[in-house]
Amino acid sequence: MECARGRAEALDEESAAWLRRLAAGGAEQQAAESDLHARLVRIALAEVRRRSASTPVTGPELDDVAHQAAADAMLAVLAKLAQFRGESRFTTWAYRFVILEVSSKLGRHYWRHPRADLDEGQWEQLPGRLGLDPERHAEAAGILAEVRRVVEDELTSHQRLVFTAVVVDGIPLDALAARLGLGRNAIYKVIFDARRKIRRALVAKGYLEEPGWEQ
Amino acid sequence: MSDLGALERFLRTDPRDVGCEEAMAVLHVYVDLVAAGEDAAGRYPGVAVHLQACGPCGEDFAGLLAAVADG
Repeated sequence: MECARGRAEALDEESAAWLRRLAAGGAEQQAAESDLHARLVRIALAEVRRRSASTPVTGPELDDVAHQAAADAMLAVLAKLAQFRGESRFTTWAYRFVILEVSSKLGRHYWRHPRADLDEGQWEQLPGRLGLDPERHAEAAGILAEVRRVVEDELTSHQRLVFTAVVVDGIPLDALAARLGLGRNAIYKVIFDARRKIRRALVAKGYLEEPGWEQ
Repeated sequence: MSDLGALERFLRTDPRDVGCEEAMAVLHVYVDLVAAGEDAAGRYPGVAVHLQACGPCGEDFAGLLAAVADG
């Protein structure tokens, strides 16, 4: 594991001030919490707007996602304050919570307005997703047939469901993770393994030549 | 063989890829290094590889970097 630095890093002045204020008690602590919450709301709103083109969530619902993300991030920051080790600036550490909350909530909200449902299998979309143009790539039909063969013959039913949802149907990875009750990493690993299998098959058929970093 | 660049990039798997959990665990450290102009990818090569390969984690990286730049 590429570990971050150890405990008890020397804190920069601003981070030390945040920690002091958030533990001060009374009015000073309340003011610090209010300041932090305001920052988290601002960042969450900016983040949902930055992602608005890639989510079916829009309008007031998008703002609601931002406010919920900020509220949940605030609770997480306060609950984990003792775990802050000074490996980064305090604000970067705190902002990470709100960014991850936005991701997670947009994944869950996807299913209120899904652009595709599970098991749709829109295979006609795959050439575009893989950058294959039958007009330019004479081997496109063969490649697509081999990809589909690997998906249908060499993947387990779970792997096939995940690959079809994310790669073929373009369902966001976080949305699928939310739907299946899995972590993002579990979905990523399935796609990662499927990519290796497909590459191996395409190399065996002579469509690809490079080793592709595979070990 | 014609240019299959997009397919190549999609299928390329790098054994240094640390995966989502490890990348997200150090995202704040990585982002501070990037924001400070330091060699984040040199220090965390497996994280750099992952952020390139994983769309959602790459989005989180971009979002946190934007948040830090914005103050």
